[in-house]
Amino acid sequence: MKKFLAGLLTFLFVFSTMVAFAADTIKIGFNIPLTGDIPKVGEASKFAAEMLKEDINSKGGLEVGGKKYKLEFIYEDNESKAESAVSAALKLIERDQVLAIIGPNSSKQAVPAGQVCNDNRTPMISPWSTNPDTTKDRPWVFRAAFLDPFQGPVAVNFASKTFKAKKAAVLFALDNDYSKGLAEIFKSEWEKKHGPGTVVAFETYASKDQDFSAQLTKIIAAKPDFIFLPDNYNEVALIVKQAHDLGWNGPFMGSDAWGSAELMNLCGNDCVGHYFSTHYAAAGATGATKEFIDRYTAKYGYVPDDVAALTWDATRLVLQAIQDAGKITGNVRKDRKAIRDALANIKEFKGITGTMKFDEQGDPIKCAVVVRISEKGEFLFTESVCP
Amino acid sequence: MRRFTVPLLVLLLFGVLIGLAYYDKLDLYVQSVLMFMGINIIFGSSLNIVNGYMGEFSCGHAGFMAVGAYVSSVLSVLFFAQDKVFGAPLLPPEYAIYGFPIIVIIAFIAAALTGLLVALPSFKTRGDYLAIITIAANYIIITTIINLDFIGGPRGFMGMKSVIFAMEDVAFLPWMLIWVYIFTILSIWAIYRFVSSTYGKGIIAIHQDEVAAEIMSVNTNKMKLIAFMFSSGLAGVAGALFAHVLGYVNPNSFNILKSTEGLVMVYLGGMGSLSGSVLAAILFTFLLELLRPLQIIKWVVIPLLLIILMQFRPEGIMGNRELSDIFPRLRKFYQFK
Amino acid sequence: MLESVIQNILNALQWGSYYSLIALGYCLVYGVLLLINFAHGDIFMVGAYIAFFVSTLLLGHYGFLPFALPKGLVLALTIPLTMFLTSCVGVFIERVAYRPLRRKGANRLYVVITALMAGLILENGNLALLGASRKNFPELLDKTVYTLGSVAFTNVKIIVILAAFLVFWLLNFIVTKTKIGMAMRAISYDRFAVPLMGIPVDTIIVFTFVLGSSMAAIAGILFAMSYPILDPYMGAMVGWKAFIAAVVGGIGDIRGAFVGGFILGFVEILVVAFFPSTFRDLIAFTILLIILSIKPTGIFGVAKTTKI
Repeated sequence: MKKFLAGLLTFLFVFSTMVAFAADTIKIGFNIPLTGDIPKVGEASKFAAEMLKEDINSKGGLEVGGKKYKLEFIYEDNESKAESAVSAALKLIERDQVLAIIGPNSSKQAVPAGQVCNDNRTPMISPWSTNPDTTKDRPWVFRAAFLDPFQGPVAVNFASKTFKAKKAAVLFALDNDYSKGLAEIFKSEWEKKHGPGTVVAFETYASKDQDFSAQLTKIIAAKPDFIFLPDNYNEVALIVKQAHDLGWNGPFMGSDAWGSAELMNLCGNDCVGHYFSTHYAAAGATGATKEFIDRYTAKYGYVPDDVAALTWDATRLVLQAIQDAGKITGNVRKDRKAIRDALANIKEFKGITGTMKFDEQGDPIKCAVVVRISEKGEFLFTESVCP
Repeated sequence: MRRFTVPLLVLLLFGVLIGLAYYDKLDLYVQSVLMFMGINIIFGSSLNIVNGYMGEFSCGHAGFMAVGAYVSSVLSVLFFAQDKVFGAPLLPPEYAIYGFPIIVIIAFIAAALTGLLVALPSFKTRGDYLAIITIAANYIIITTIINLDFIGGPRGFMGMKSVIFAMEDVAFLPWMLIWVYIFTILSIWAIYRFVSSTYGKGIIAIHQDEVAAEIMSVNTNKMKLIAFMFSSGLAGVAGALFAHVLGYVNPNSFNILKSTEGLVMVYLGGMGSLSGSVLAAILFTFLLELLRPLQIIKWVVIPLLLIILMQFRPEGIMGNRELSDIFPRLRKFYQFK
Repeated sequence: MLESVIQNILNALQWGSYYSLIALGYCLVYGVLLLINFAHGDIFMVGAYIAFFVSTLLLGHYGFLPFALPKGLVLALTIPLTMFLTSCVGVFIERVAYRPLRRKGANRLYVVITALMAGLILENGNLALLGASRKNFPELLDKTVYTLGSVAFTNVKIIVILAAFLVFWLLNFIVTKTKIGMAMRAISYDRFAVPLMGIPVDTIIVFTFVLGSSMAAIAGILFAMSYPILDPYMGAMVGWKAFIAAVVGGIGDIRGAFVGGFILGFVEILVVAFFPSTFRDLIAFTILLIILSIKPTGIFGVAKTTKI
């Protein structure tokens, strides 16, 4: 047993020396997946946050109640693991004494981390999680992305109108709750509109799969009018290419997870002409959105995807709330409470992914846009749908 | 007097930990790390029974953890919490304190039975074929959970936090820390008793030479089955604690990568050394937290450290020895083997 | 119906080819060293990345060459270069990580863990060095889609299937007909007697790693040509599954690994074709377990008699 004690003592010693606190800074924590399944998501979040931090710090800091505070962002890697996300959240809350936490992005981590933040009374905004459980009955947890129940009908209505489709096929990732949730909502909405049996194929794969030929063969044999693909962009690129190899020439309809600059890089000409619903249209964007896209592109060499944009918005929401709260008292618990209240009271927020309001669950109410992928590889605005 | 030294130390540590946690001297982050340490200790040392003492190569241990996690979560939510699927709790939530240990034991049994299902076909084969069967079992268990929509499928399952809150309503104590501590000590004690028993001798004999063991009238099949069930049952206990510490379970938390973490802990500590795997689990969890600031580089540095360690100590930290073999003075306090 | 069956058989042949090629690499190393080389899936990933860099370099993307080479020539140059460079990686891991452990007489399971760690280093080192963006593999062959009735296939698909068989034939030739192949089989038959016969064991082992890694490199190139998206974790899952394939075929026998790869490919594709795809892993692995419980040593495996 002594080894346990010795281990514990060294452990306590090392950690007790790591406590640091600075007075004139505002600390915000980021709980993001820098390694693991989806490193790109973590990277995009980090880049967007870094850009925002440089912006504000170069102006001398964030002005709260007449005083300027430097921003300090702390990035914690959650390795795409639930337990690591919980530890990271607790570390940010207890050790780093952050005022608010941005992230985690995927629901697997956001649901348990949200619980931790709610229990410890720290405001948290998940930029990307679409699982209703993340924010449900948790007054301290918010999100910046819209929920699946809204995006599903958008796709149904758009496809029925534009493709004049009667029969749909769905292909989704079984172990990805985002993909699965959206696919199921789409299916029930579609069958409500066109009658039962009109979703002629409802096929799945496991994330990280690279071969979809069997599923696609089955789908093509069922002769749908279009294929609905609520999947991440990397899988989309593979699926679309393989579908063309198998002789499919019809349209695809996608969801917001398509919205990455990498999509066109990976997919090339195969993706041209397809549609997806998303938070914002990068091509033809105006105002703040365009400015964000241009600067991000110049700085990091690629057009930002929706995670970057949503992280930017989520972080700005927190900063807005800090300013609304009026002052930083230095008492972390009080400040966190003030920030949470300010977040809940934000009437309307003009973000780069659209104007949003929060409902009583902490979910945003905002518009979705449907974009078409043009021959130049740009995402062209086609239609806007508001709840 | 000396034979009470270890139990007293254990009790003292328990008191100190709970006291520190109760008076807020031990913040939640350290508590959570300690709890994951405990879970890793159970997970790693239980795998050591099969991979170390018995010398087989099982690489789907996380599957059994998933079984334990889901069985215990569903039961505790069913009995002690209001849930949208299972409705009102079947028992008053105040009983959660008494119910939780029983639930963990049920998780043990469920995981052990799953272990039996896996073990039955696999002991027809030898050596590395067990690796495949356990990997396949891991995949099968996860896919099954994903397809069970009433426990959330890929969305995961939650609601265990309210059970913990119910315990705290009865007596305001850091309950999960207490449970993890108790079950960690219990598991270590059980494994210690197991490997010093006839069964333990039996599986060590199987490791040395299965044919010779059989000739010496060791009932190899029975021994292997019991050891495998015991090991997977303990993984189920680790899973049950994991689920309740997080308050949320997701099938993807128990994929093959989790299994490889277990393997790392076993071989880092040394095959067939209980104190080795305990030490390795502590070291591994500690290293994971300590190297957080390295971000991406962390997962390059940790394997590199392990490879370098392997070069200097190709038999793991402890080899197949125990702490009492290295420091013979400790034998005064506890005997091993 | 018939057409979709033919289509699926084609799909399965292609998908099985990758499993086979990777399983061959597992099998070679296992046959000689009894080592489950868990880094092999990641060597496959490294192979794909090396192919990416070599081919983009030759296509003149970095301005390194004053002129761009034609695509066919690039492909012809990429294959040997990638095989060479990937073998270097494989041999490097062998020399640095496995050989010292072997010399010290460590239990072979520790070498397995070292392999696992080496794989993690390859994955995450790649992530740390190259960033999280996925790479798009350039098209080295102009892809054409042929359709017969409603059966569609591409030239790449045909090349992949043919290449897999060709590589297997070549490997089989090396292992069964050449002197060095005989030495490899001798080591797997009795590794204590072999050095006494004057066979340089270490050279043979290095050669085995060269062969295994070049298999992985070829698999990487072919894979990148049909699924042109590279990411650092692409090898992990395929690697695990190919290992399973190798065992189902009967590990230690290259015919077994080759057949096992195709079995896994067929099972995965046909399960999706005839059952709900949500249960794919469940049904596929159950079938494999049934095969293993009927033939516990795998399809081509021979039960070893244990000497006392």
